[in-house]
Amino acid sequence: MTSTLAPRRKRGTVVRAGDRIFSGLSTSAGILILLVLAGVAAFLTIEGVPGILANPDEVKSGQSFWPYVWPLVYGTLIAATVALIIATPVAVGVALFISHYSPRKLGQILGYLVDLLAAVPSVVYGLWGIQFLAPNMVPVYTWLEDNLGFVPFFAGPASATGRTIMTACIVLAVMILPIMTAICREIFLQTPRLHEEAALALGATRWEMARLAIFPYARSGIVSAAMLGLGRALGETLAVAMVLSVTAGTVTANLISSTNPSTIAANIALSFGEASGKTVNVLIASGLVLFVITFLVNFAARSVVDRRKEFSGAN
Amino acid sequence: MTTTLSPQTPGSGPLDVQQELYGAQLPSWGSKAVVGLALVVGAALYLTGTNLVLAALAVWVVSLGLPVWSVVVEGRRKATDRLVTVLVTSAFALAMFPLVSILYTVISKGTKVLSAEFFTYSMRNVVGEGGGIYQALVGTLLITGAAAVISIPIGIFAAIYLVEYADGNRLSRWIRFLVDVMTGIPSIVAGLFAYALFVVFFGEGVRMGIGGSVALSVLMIPVLVRSTEEMLKLVPNELREASYALGVPKWRTVAKVVLPTALAGIVTGITLAIARVIGETAPLLIIAGATDSVNFNLFDGRMATLPVFAYQSIRSPGIPPEFSIDRAWGAALTLLLIVMLLNLIARLVSYFFSPKGER
Repeated sequence: MTSTLAPRRKRGTVVRAGDRIFSGLSTSAGILILLVLAGVAAFLTIEGVPGILANPDEVKSGQSFWPYVWPLVYGTLIAATVALIIATPVAVGVALFISHYSPRKLGQILGYLVDLLAAVPSVVYGLWGIQFLAPNMVPVYTWLEDNLGFVPFFAGPASATGRTIMTACIVLAVMILPIMTAICREIFLQTPRLHEEAALALGATRWEMARLAIFPYARSGIVSAAMLGLGRALGETLAVAMVLSVTAGTVTANLISSTNPSTIAANIALSFGEASGKTVNVLIASGLVLFVITFLVNFAARSVVDRRKEFSGAN
Repeated sequence: MTTTLSPQTPGSGPLDVQQELYGAQLPSWGSKAVVGLALVVGAALYLTGTNLVLAALAVWVVSLGLPVWSVVVEGRRKATDRLVTVLVTSAFALAMFPLVSILYTVISKGTKVLSAEFFTYSMRNVVGEGGGIYQALVGTLLITGAAAVISIPIGIFAAIYLVEYADGNRLSRWIRFLVDVMTGIPSIVAGLFAYALFVVFFGEGVRMGIGGSVALSVLMIPVLVRSTEEMLKLVPNELREASYALGVPKWRTVAKVVLPTALAGIVTGITLAIARVIGETAPLLIIAGATDSVNFNLFDGRMATLPVFAYQSIRSPGIPPEFSIDRAWGAALTLLLIVMLLNLIARLVSYFFSPKGER
């Protein structure tokens, strides 16, 4: 400590060795993070480009890159979208229940319970999906085929194992529920108290209060929560890989049959072990496609969040 | 707070005045009665052998009687309000269903195989019954440990940079934004990155434990930066100023004043980050691979890990399949216990060691 009281040679701040080292370490750690992100993009590109350019006869699938990856992109997008359609209303409902309907003292505990869902490892979700959910969904799919078969999504024939893209979507929906709920809840709680009280004072019921005061305030937050959830759903691997029974190259709107499109991430997980040569590069290139898609979705979501700085705690 | 402000049952008063001012209302016991009835119907159906989902559906349908009753007595607006209350509450119940179901399934199927042998034997040369997850436990602990060793210094120093040194300059805004974006990197992409990186140095088909650590670090660093940053921001500026006023240099202020104050929160963040990556499967499947033997060397060859072990056991169970599937559930339960334990530790640390008066 005495060293700090040593006489200064010049006016102005003295730069000490310790200070210089410490700030250097901190700054380089920050820059390293940027480098890592750049490195992810760079190395995926380096290893991926040979895959994009590979001849059809050099790879296992016997197809050139874009025809090979297109059904996977389709599967990824449809799985994530359906998961989002299932999860969004539930997440908004749960968040509203925790923030405004449940007794305030219970709210935090209920929040922990939902957060517990986020702590469950994806492989456990996969196990649950394949061994519990899929068999239990079979009667539902049969019913859907019999009664709603005219809708292209439920055209059937219904899968006998339940390992359909619909089951995968439900598992994905459960997996993205916690993050969406957490963000929605955080934003609902930030609604200005005066807006809520004003609505109630004018005689609004609780639902009208939510519609008049909470939702207009929270709209952008809900949108970004949905997009972050979409980002998670796009990249989720193991749960889909385990649950889905895949037929390569399928592009179909049918959600309940036994021929399903795979997703990019699941396809990588399933094929990487046996892949060699250019096939590996093709898989890495498909990973690059996934990286670009999720990066764009997250980028957009974070831009929306950042426009409202006070939401930054909702991470 | 809002509940106290919502329209309440009117107090006592002359009946005609009450009617005029408030309009007809359901009796105060109305909602409780309907929900009670719904639960009784559901329980009765379940006990008489209807399956759980249908019974739950019945509870829900009977609960919808409340808004129907309300629309007759109270009119459309109040009925909509009650309908939404029922819907919102059932959304929460719906969200709890998978949690309860997962915990129940994993615990009931996983406890069967848990034994001393299960934790202390590897799968080497095991066909059919027996064997254990020793090799996977070793791998998981080593790989996650190495990931923590890589990530913690980078994460904490980056957070220190953001809070103490950056002063909101453009670089820091970019770092903060990209860290947020990085939290959304799919785990499999992190695995592919590690593979692409190691292939450049070690040639095709590389499988290494340390590669798994690198992949997990990519996932762990952004979580660490965010949580540490939030904690450092909570340290009151007065503490820093008091330290500067005593002539303490900046780096000693950070090291001796700011960090110890925020330590509990930082440790909580680290624990939660570890809990998050310890269950990651996809990157380890790519770069660490799977093996039946125990491997203590992060830099040499394949390493088994708990999540990958559970995945492989269910994916290729062999013949007969039951033993392998049982082991998968056992591994899943072990993993779940580790994750829950880490979460619990994190909560306890933040509860007991955070400075009093905050949060």
